Amino acid sequence: MSALSTITDGIVKRNPTFVLILGMCPTLGTTSSALTGMSMGLATLAVLLCSNMAISAIRKIVPDAVRIPVFIIVIASFVTVLEMIMQAWLPALYSALGIFIPLIVVNCILLGRAEAFASKNDVLLSACDGIGIGTGFTLALTAIGTVRELLGNGSVFGLQLFDSSFGALVFVLAPGAFIVLGFLIALFNYLRHA
Amino acid sequence: MLEYLSIIITAIFVNNIVFSQFLGICPFIGVSKNLDSAVGMGLAVTFVMAVATAATWLLQHYVLLPLGLGYVQTIAFILVIAVLVQMLEIIMKKSSPGLYAALGVFLPLITTNCAVLGVAIIVAQKDFAFVHSIVYAVATALGFTLALIVFAGIRMQLDMVDVPRPMRGVPIALVTAGILALAFMGFSGLSL
Repeated sequence: MSALSTITDGIVKRNPTFVLILGMCPTLGTTSSALTGMSMGLATLAVLLCSNMAISAIRKIVPDAVRIPVFIIVIASFVTVLEMIMQAWLPALYSALGIFIPLIVVNCILLGRAEAFASKNDVLLSACDGIGIGTGFTLALTAIGTVRELLGNGSVFGLQLFDSSFGALVFVLAPGAFIVLGFLIALFNYLRHA
Repeated sequence: MLEYLSIIITAIFVNNIVFSQFLGICPFIGVSKNLDSAVGMGLAVTFVMAVATAATWLLQHYVLLPLGLGYVQTIAFILVIAVLVQMLEIIMKKSSPGLYAALGVFLPLITTNCAVLGVAIIVAQKDFAFVHSIVYAVATALGFTLALIVFAGIRMQLDMVDVPRPMRGVPIALVTAGILALAFMGFSGLSL
């Protein structure tokens, strides 16, 4: 298993959103526009990269019986650091993503990668896994955000492509999140098996 | 009294935790395949959410805030919830095996249910009073249970229809949830 294939696996074959179907709450809750979706993806990528490396580094000294609580504390510490950084330098983004930043702690992708990958592999490979899975998550959230923003508001990353009065507002609101994600997973399934 | 009624109606219907706040989606998709497990999961979440919100409220107001430790909120809350769920499991196993048999399998899943931590954080952010917090937590959990039961009923019917292959499983479930969310948007006109 090389470093490069670990990264590409995380983006396509083990895409956390479209294949593993993990971390649904931020996927639905923060993708009302392409920019917020991408920011949420990058925030998760940052925490995942740090937590994967830290957990991999301490994997030999953590007793098996208490490993899950230890993983949770490591993840929660990095989330707290991220929260403080965002509050200080990106206050607008922090309030746009709202409760979903502290909730990175309970995103099953992070604990899942810690248990399935970082606790069994060395630091370098775990970093690659974090980058791959994190990038896969970011791309998925950006894709969902782009579709929802385009259909609902007629714009992509704030760039107005057609008048927003032609957009169907429902795609920006809650129901649109479920429907767009459902059809995007179906499309991904279709392409994978075609 | 009327004030609490409005909190309850709002939390169950208008701001339903699944359909308008996007919390607790994983158990919502995962455990809603049949009615019995939907009811079990709903009850377990209701119980844990009430106890966890009470515990985190006390922690926030009597430990974190007086000591100026507001910034460790996330770590402290997740630890309290994890310990609490573990303790509940042990207590339930000893004291009421019947309840444990019904809810036991759902308990370990609840630690990573973002709805529990989410409600604890919302309550802390909005600075609700103690009783208000508990009422809000129970009502939100009932909204979660309602969503789970309604959805389980629909999915049992969905098993019997011929769905195009790429749409089978999660995709069709998400589209169905979207239509349900659309229905729940009808409640947003309620002024309370």
